[in-house]
Amino acid sequence: MNKTHQDIILPGRHTALLLAATLLVAGTAFAQDDETLTKQVELKEAPEASGEGYFDYPGMDEIPEGQFGEAVRSGMEAFVNTLQHPEAKRHVGNGQNCANCHLGGGMAANSAPLWGAWGIYPKYRGKNDHVNTMDERIRGCFTYSMNAGDSEAGGPPEPDSQLLKDMQSFMFWSARGAPLGENLPGRGYRSVEKPEDGYSISRGKSIYEAQCAVCHSGDGSGKFTADGKQIFPPLWGEKAFNWGAGMHRINTAAGFIKYNMPLGKANPVEKHAALSDQEAWDVAAYMNSHERPRDPRWEGDRTTTAEKWHDHECLFNHKAHGQILGEGTK
Amino acid sequence: MQRLHRLRTLPALLFLALAPVTTAASDLGEQLAQQGNDKGASACTTCHGADGGGNGPAGWPRLAGMNADHLVKQLNDMASGERDNATMNPIAKGLSAEERRAVSEYYAEMEAPTEAPGTDAAQSVVERGRAIAEQGLWRKGVPSCVACHGPGGDGVGADFPALSGQHASYIENQFTAWQDGDRQNDPNELMASVAKRLTEEEIKAVAAWFASQPARPSAE
Repeated sequence: MNKTHQDIILPGRHTALLLAATLLVAGTAFAQDDETLTKQVELKEAPEASGEGYFDYPGMDEIPEGQFGEAVRSGMEAFVNTLQHPEAKRHVGNGQNCANCHLGGGMAANSAPLWGAWGIYPKYRGKNDHVNTMDERIRGCFTYSMNAGDSEAGGPPEPDSQLLKDMQSFMFWSARGAPLGENLPGRGYRSVEKPEDGYSISRGKSIYEAQCAVCHSGDGSGKFTADGKQIFPPLWGEKAFNWGAGMHRINTAAGFIKYNMPLGKANPVEKHAALSDQEAWDVAAYMNSHERPRDPRWEGDRTTTAEKWHDHECLFNHKAHGQILGEGTK
Repeated sequence: MQRLHRLRTLPALLFLALAPVTTAASDLGEQLAQQGNDKGASACTTCHGADGGGNGPAGWPRLAGMNADHLVKQLNDMASGERDNATMNPIAKGLSAEERRAVSEYYAEMEAPTEAPGTDAAQSVVERGRAIAEQGLWRKGVPSCVACHGPGGDGVGADFPALSGQHASYIENQFTAWQDGDRQNDPNELMASVAKRLTEEEIKAVAAWFASQPARPSAE
């Protein structure tokens, strides 16, 4: 489309050698301590599944009757069809459903399953530098991934609101019998190490056009029915997650994409990838080299916002396709 | 002034655009469907029925109401051999590119039969099919059918054909063809990847569910 844009190949912030040495010396203790020391650091990756496989979450036919069952069902509906749920949709300021980033209705291993998240909250998060309850964590999802600032309600659901009770009921139900405080196999996304030579937005564009555009459209706007039901989620532009969502980070997106996309071709549960590490990084970079709704933590200008909130693997305040990214779509 | 003039003519233009198309192309489509041509293409209605509803026992698919671009692609692929089908390959080859487009649009515009093709499967099997179609089998990484084929499985554009209102026999046959590698003309091997993760029992259930559903207009 834009042939004049300069292709960006960004090597890792550390050389591969330094990174390897750091990992060797520091080992896992480093990763754990690091979380309490630095802002915006990744969670420690979940361990591999043992011979028994992943946590055995309940089936949909096991939802009980009564008020709790109703809350579970409502929470599930809010999660899967967020744009249709009467209360949840009031807090969605873009075209996303929760289940777009948590495949399998929030149940698929290695696709940030809810049963993996439930037992690790309350939890310290570098992102906002305090201990978060699950209630607050979900509101964070609304603020960033669902761009709640541009929603009808103008912000995320109120703390302890019925919607958050319902969503937490669904999560709690899905995690029945799961150990508390454990980093369960299948939790979160797998991490995919940054390739030695960095990534290439122009290679990512070719991959996107060959493998992703069939569903997400060539311009990243996804697909919707005439009456506004989402068929395929938007990836950039005003209907996508905003500049504060975790998915705008190239490493996070690469981890999601590698084992989850293209949908049906990759298989997160069997850890089957359809793309190489390099391809996952390239196409993640291409996706995240476009404008999206403004970071709600906007500090008045791009540079200040970048310094305060974007000291990580992303293209905020970088040039791509002839423009500097980060101003936001509105 | 010029702008005003344009605004005034706009409704007339819209009317023209929305008026029923009775051009030569649709006449050609109808003619091909009912009579075939003298270059090896037999009449579509012979197998796919006068109402375009296909034939369940024989495994011939419904064409009426299917996406035009999807049908064109299938005919092109069957003409080139990209999609292998002993019956359809010579027929598709006997159609020119223009004729493939005309006959595809003829069937796309035809209203699908209002009644579901139906199934002999037990209700429990149909319900299991519904669960797979709507929720997938994520314990083994199989996405739901509706995730790509749209709400209700009513189809999304050229690449994800309607499944609702399709014959169970046809759906089952296609699954087998994807699994065996006899059909490979899916975008990005998406359907082949999914088909290989399903058991025969799961396929039968899914096919029964969609056959129990009437055809509905595509959502997109």
